[in-house]
Parts: sequence; structure tokens; C-alpha cells
Amino acid sequence: KKCEKPCSVFGIWPSVQCFISFGFHLIPRLSSIVPESCLLIVVGLLVGGLMKLVGEIPPVLESKIFFLYLLPPIILDAGYFLPIRQFTENLGTILMFAVVGTLWNAFFVGGLLYGVCQLEGHRLVTVDLLSCLLFGSIISAVDPVAVLAVFEEIHINELLHILVFGESLLNDAVTVVLYHLFEEYSSVGSITVMDVFLGIVCFLVVSLGGIVVGAIYGILAAFTSRFTSHTRVIEPLFVFVYSYMAYLSAEVFHLSGIMALIACGAVMRPYVEANISHKSHTTIKYFLKMWSSVSDTLIFIFLGVSTVAGPHEWNWTFVMATLIFCLVARVLGVVGLTFVINKFRIVKLTSKDQFIIAYGGLRGAIAFSLVYLLKTEHFPMRNMFLTAIITVIFFTVFVQGMTIRPLVDLLAVKKKQETKRSINEEIHTQFLDHLLTGIEDICGHYGHHHWKDKLNRFNKKYVKKCLIAGERSKEPQLIAFYHKMEMKQAIELVESGGGAKFPSALPSTVSMQNIQPKKPPQDRALPQLSKAREEEIRKILRTNLQRTRQRLRSYNRHTLVADPYEDGWNEILIKRKKMKELEKKMNNYLTVPAPPPDSPTIARARLASDPQAWGLKSVTESIPTIKVDLASPQSPESVNMVDEFGKKGSQSKASKEEEGGLTMKVPSPTNQRKDKTADEDNDKEPQQRLMRCLSDPGPTAEEEDEDEAFLP
Amino acid sequence: MGASQSGPVYMFQDLAQKTGFSIEQIKNLHNRFMYLTQDEDTLRRKHLENISNLALNPIRRQIIEAFFDKRNMGEKGKGCLQEIGFEEFVTVLSFFRPPKPRTADEDMKNIKKEKLRFLFNMHDTDNDGIITLDEYRRVVEELLSSYETIGAETAKAISDAAMLEVASVTVGQMGPDEFYEGITFEQFMQILKDVEIETKMNIHFWNLDTRTMQCGK
Repeated sequence: KKCEKPCSVFGIWPSVQCFISFGFHLIPRLSSIVPESCLLIVVGLLVGGLMKLVGEIPPVLESKIFFLYLLPPIILDAGYFLPIRQFTENLGTILMFAVVGTLWNAFFVGGLLYGVCQLEGHRLVTVDLLSCLLFGSIISAVDPVAVLAVFEEIHINELLHILVFGESLLNDAVTVVLYHLFEEYSSVGSITVMDVFLGIVCFLVVSLGGIVVGAIYGILAAFTSRFTSHTRVIEPLFVFVYSYMAYLSAEVFHLSGIMALIACGAVMRPYVEANISHKSHTTIKYFLKMWSSVSDTLIFIFLGVSTVAGPHEWNWTFVMATLIFCLVARVLGVVGLTFVINKFRIVKLTSKDQFIIAYGGLRGAIAFSLVYLLKTEHFPMRNMFLTAIITVIFFTVFVQGMTIRPLVDLLAVKKKQETKRSINEEIHTQFLDHLLTGIEDICGHYGHHHWKDKLNRFNKKYVKKCLIAGERSKEPQLIAFYHKMEMKQAIELVESGGGAKFPSALPSTVSMQNIQPKKPPQDRALPQLSKAREEEIRKILRTNLQRTRQRLRSYNRHTLVADPYEDGWNEILIKRKKMKELEKKMNNYLTVPAPPPDSPTIARARLASDPQAWGLKSVTESIPTIKVDLASPQSPESVNMVDEFGKKGSQSKASKEEEGGLTMKVPSPTNQRKDKTADEDNDKEPQQRLMRCLSDPGPTAEEEDEDEAFLP
Repeated sequence: MGASQSGPVYMFQDLAQKTGFSIEQIKNLHNRFMYLTQDEDTLRRKHLENISNLALNPIRRQIIEAFFDKRNMGEKGKGCLQEIGFEEFVTVLSFFRPPKPRTADEDMKNIKKEKLRFLFNMHDTDNDGIITLDEYRRVVEELLSSYETIGAETAKAISDAAMLEVASVTVGQMGPDEFYEGITFEQFMQILKDVEIETKMNIHFWNLDTRTMQCGK
């Protein structure tokens, strides 16, 4: 008996979900027409219907469960991965839509419905103005869950996505205030001007209070993460716990929980990510995605089931009127607001944009739960409200959700750009930021860039020092981005098995050599070779490389030709510290292998420069190189690696020998180190350990799909 | 100012037509110009250096130079001027004017090209039409100059990586003996084509009088 509840939750619902996903992907055509949310609702309907047939009472979506357990993961996922840059750039627009738009919707729908009720007579006359307004306020809020579910699949451009999505998140405060306002006052019976004023104050308190609560918890989480370097395993827990606490605290005080959660996630992210290990970051990311996905599915299924279960009262006039007024209100609201907003925007919203924004105003489970919370004593027409809301939700999710994709294609709305961020784009984005700030200063007005710059400066000077551990607090964004990019490349190369194919579109044979200005030819220790001989040697080396590439020490492309002696000793010592950090971070990854074997650049490099020079040292030289170790210094695996390397080294040497001509000396790491890096202490131990064969990924290689930016 | 009140009006209209600003905006910019030059006729580098907010900007040198660069004035000439008048001031600022809402695609492309040209000129300091590795390195160094702990090697590594990327994307296959001179304007346009310069490289020129806002000095 005691297992019944957990059994039903953990047994039935996830299996239903698995079944759906399975079926969904078996019939690919279906997934391109019908968004997943629709399908889930249908499944919910079926399940509910089944249960009714069997005679059991289908469980209804309890509001408590919904608000406490199902909603937070989705919102946290959204808030944590919120694209801050676009969000803040469009904040004014988003706020206008969220606040003014929702208010307009609420009063328009509520007011007109009241009018219709009065006109209609008989059953509907009992519905008073306040109830109508309450209903209007509940139904007018765009739902983040539904928006996410539908918009995720259509890959619309970032501007529209953030506008609709941001609106759905921020209108929670408005909804909460209006809901409580009307709920309280409908028992009283009337509203005075004072109440309206109080309502505005209440709104400010609710929204700002929610944000402040979220920000406080976010800062606490960031601060905690600063000290977690010894307890890496539970780092993700802090993120989740603090966020949930932020949500609960806000809800306890009747503040906007959603805004608290968003603020918490957005505030803590840049600092937490600078502090936590890569694995923790992956854990957080996947847990968030998992939970939000489960919640999402459950919500829609429950919605379907509740439709079958819930007490219904169908009233044609009311329901139809609701539907029509909602749509009309949305369109009018968007068009009117855009007209005003465009006066202040640099990038104006076109009518295509307006259409998508209006069309993307989906309603969802939040509205349903809010109506469900209403007590029948105060609201005799509650069941009618429920029916109407369900109809509107169904309409928006099914009709609008299904048709939005063909419409997007039809109207040729710009889609999201899938291209990866390149270092050039990053450099120029930063450059542009500073440039525009400078021009604003010259023109003499405090614009968007000016304030952003001030905030960044404040952040750099004070906040980062407190919240980020160690050296990373001083790391500029460009460097961080560069590190991340290098790491991504390394991971990708590992995943592709170190094959000749590079992840980038075209295998490019351009290497550092082509870029460096020509240096005067250094004294060759080797005898001068004739052109023909060189060609021969190159050919031999090329074929060898294909075989032994994987067994040789690999290099970052950037260190290939750099003359290691050029920079001097001091540099090495200074860089040592940085290298230590990098090593710590990249304990489990491999180095970026050398350029493709067909390019003779490696051979050429080895001919031209001192053969001993390319070794561990050149890797140490350049800071941003990713150096990888197979295992951490204390792991027993390391011992084997050295042996393995020794063996492989000798193997390659042997195979080289027979080819004749030049032998590529694979320098023994210990010798190298003794020569060059006498001063460096034993922390350099890890370097000895070589990368294992790229052909054998081994147990620690991680499967990652780094589609999300690590840092904003 | 003073006596020549009617003169500037015609000049303003000319400028408005040439640069695309409205008369109101030009008037405001004129007020700002007068404020910066302390009522002199021409703007010199030191006037711009006096703006205190600008002093915190890591790339202020390049921004100031851009105002005195002949290439941005629409002339074919190369080199720098020592002082500029109001017309040149507005011309440079017109690069940051947001495109009007109903601009045709062709015009948008031209606008984008112009803005990218402005950026290119900022990087290409020796006027040879190519951004060499050294010039790019200097750009990255200046960007990172506000962080004291970052040494030159990091900037070097980043700019090397960036150049490598440009070369890989635009040229693709290069033999080991070939030397990649630098980024040409066409390649520059290619690598930045996804950044949507025409919508990003804009600032808001208000129609209100900005004189009342005390900023800068």
C-alpha cells in the first residue's frame, strides 16, 4: 500500500513518456508536423479516458505538486541558460510586453467578458465584474512552459525567441499580483482607487522583491562555489539547492517565485561557472535538462488527464467569447505596443516579427493550475472557467503550436544561426562593445552601452574578486572564451577518434607556418639536402605520420613553429603558474593533435627547427595550449602510461629506422625535462605522462555535445 | 556661434542630406561639437582626449584616430588630419547611424559594407589595405590592455589563433611555403558576415537636446 503513490509516479508516468518518445521518433513525419506538447496532451487524454473506463478516478494536476515540483525545474533551466546579452539588450521591450501587454490583455478580456455575460443573461448574469477580471488576468498570461515547448522546435531567430520567452517569464509578477488582488477583493465585493494604487505598489514589491531574493541566493551560491575546490562532487548540488530555496522563499512571502528563480540562475551563472569544475558544469547542465524535460512531459500529460477528469461546465457563449477575445486582445496589444516601442528601438520590429510575437502567445498549465486553485464557494462559476481555460489552452497549443512552424517557413522568418562562435567574432564583438561605448561618450549621451560598460567595470573591480576563486577572477572574457574554444576543439578531436577528418568543414592545411613572417633561415644542424631528396623525405615522413601520428606526442597547432628560445627563460617561469592551473582543469582530456598528416608542415617544422626544441617545452611556452593528462597525478594509471609511451616510442623509432634517411627522434621526456626545465619543480610531472593513443578513447572519454556556450 | 546663425542652417541641411541624419540630430551634434571644442571651430585630438569617460576605454587610441583618418571622410586620400571640422565629425558619426526601417536589401548590404570598412580601417593602421599579423596582435593587446596581469604572449597566442582561423576559412588550402600576408577587406567581410554589423554597430542619436546631460568632461 505504501508503495502505491511512488509506484504510480515513478512507474507509470516515465514509462509512458519513454513510450511516447520512442513512438515519436519512429514516425519522423509526425514530429515535424505535431509539436511534442500536443502529442503529450493527446496521450494524457487517452490515459485519462482509459482510467475513466476502468472506473478509477484519474488524478488531477494538483496545483501544489505543479507549483512546487513540476514548475521550478523548467524555470531554473530557462533562467540558468538565459542568454543574458540578448535579454538585457531587449529588456525594455520585454518589460513593455510583459507588464503593459498582460495588463491590457487582462482588462480587455475581463471587461468584455463581463459585458458579454451581462448581455447574455440567464446563467451568466451571476458572474460579476471582479470574477471576470480575475479570469481575464489568469488567462492573459503567456505561459513559459508552452512557449518553450513550441519555440524550441522551430528554431526561430534569437531576437524573437527572447522577446516572447522573456515576456512569458516576466509576466508572472503581473499575474501573481492581479490574481491575489482580484481574489481578495472579490470576497469584499468592490474596488476603490486606493486599492488600485495599492495594487501598483504591490506589483513593484512582488517583482522587485522576487528579483532581489533571487539575486541574494544567487550571490550566496556563487560565494559558496568559490570554496568548493575540495568538494567537487557536490558542486552541482549547491546550484540546485540554492535555486530551489530562492523559489520557495519567494513563494512564502507571496513574491514572484519565477522571477526569483530566473534572477538566481542568471546572477549565479557567470561566477559559478568560473569556479566549478568542468564535470560539475556538465552535471548541472544535464540534470537541468533532464528535470525540465521530465517536468515538461508530466505537465502536458497531466493536462490531458485533467481534461478528462476535471469537472466541466460547458457554456458555448462564454467559451467562444473567451477564445475570441483572447486572440483579439493579443493581436491588438502586440500591434499597439510595437508602435510605441519602435520609437525607442534601434532595430525596429517588423510586421513579420509582430505577427510571430502575437502568434506565439501561448497559454498553458500555469493558467490551468491557477484556476484550479480557486475555491468554488467564492467562485460559483469556477468549473465554467476551468472549461474555458482548457479550451483556450488546447486551442493555442494545438492550433497555434502546430501551425506556427509552416507559418514561420512561409513568412521566411529568420531562423537561428547554428554556426559556432569563432574567435574572430568574439574579438570583434568585444571590440564593438568598446567602440560603441566610446562613440557614445564622444556624442555625450548615456546610452545602453555606457551603462553596460559601467556595470562591467563594477563587476570586474569588485564583484568578481569576491565571488570567483583565485586567478580566474582576473581573467578577461576573451581569454576565457579562447580557453573554452580550445577545450571544445580538443574534445571534438577526441570524439572523432583523432581521425583525419576535422570537425570543421574543410580540412585546411593552413598552419602557423603560413602566417608567421618569414624568419631568416636558422643555422641548420643538418646537412643541406637537395630538393629531390627533401621531397623524398617528405613523402616518407608523410606516410609514416599516418601510421604513427597517433602515437607521437601531439602539438597544438599554435606552438608548432614558435621558436622556443625566442621568448626567454623568464617567460617560462611566469607561465609555469598558469600551466599548473590549466593542468588542474584539464585533467582528463587530450591535447589537440597535430595538423592532418597530409600536410608536410610537421615534417618541415622538424627539418627547419632544432629537433630537440619541439618537445614538452614548446607546449609549456604558450599559455592557452591545452595540455592533457590521461589521469590525475595521483592515479595509478599514470605509471602504465609512461611505460606505454616508452614502448610506443621505441616502436616508432624502430619503424622509422628501416625507412632510412632522417629518423624522427622521439625525445624521451625525462631527458628533455632535465635539460630545459631544471628549475621547474615536480609539478611538471604530469607532462611526462603522455597522451594515450587517440585511437583508443578509453573509459574516461566523455561524450559531450557542447552545444551550449560555457560562458555568456 | 553668434553672428553666423543662418549660415549653419544651410550647412546643416546639406549635411543632413549627405549623412542621413535629421536636422534635429545635426543640431544636437553641433551643440556637442561646440561643447567638446570649447567653441573653437576645429576639433583636435586633445579635445577628445579630455573626455574623462573615454579615458577608461581600452581602445580609445584607435577610436580617436578614427576621427582623424582621411579614409573615413570619403576621400580617396590616405593619412591623418590634425584637426577636423564639424562636417568631418558628423561624417564619422554617420557610420553609426542605424539604418532606416524600410531599407532595401541592397542598401542594407552597402551599409554593412561601409560599417565593416570603417572597422577595417581602424585595424589597418598602415593603410596598406591588409591587416597583418602585427596589426591584429596590437588590436588584441589593446583589447586586453585593461587587464594588467595579462602578458603579451597571451595576446600573441590569441591573435595567432584568430589569424589562423581567418586563413583557414578564407583561403583553405595553403602549401607550406606560401605566406599568408594578412586579412584583406573581402576576407574581413567574410569572417564577420554572421555578426550582423548593420544592426549591431549603431548608437541611438536622440532627437532631444543632449546638451543638458552632463557627461564627459
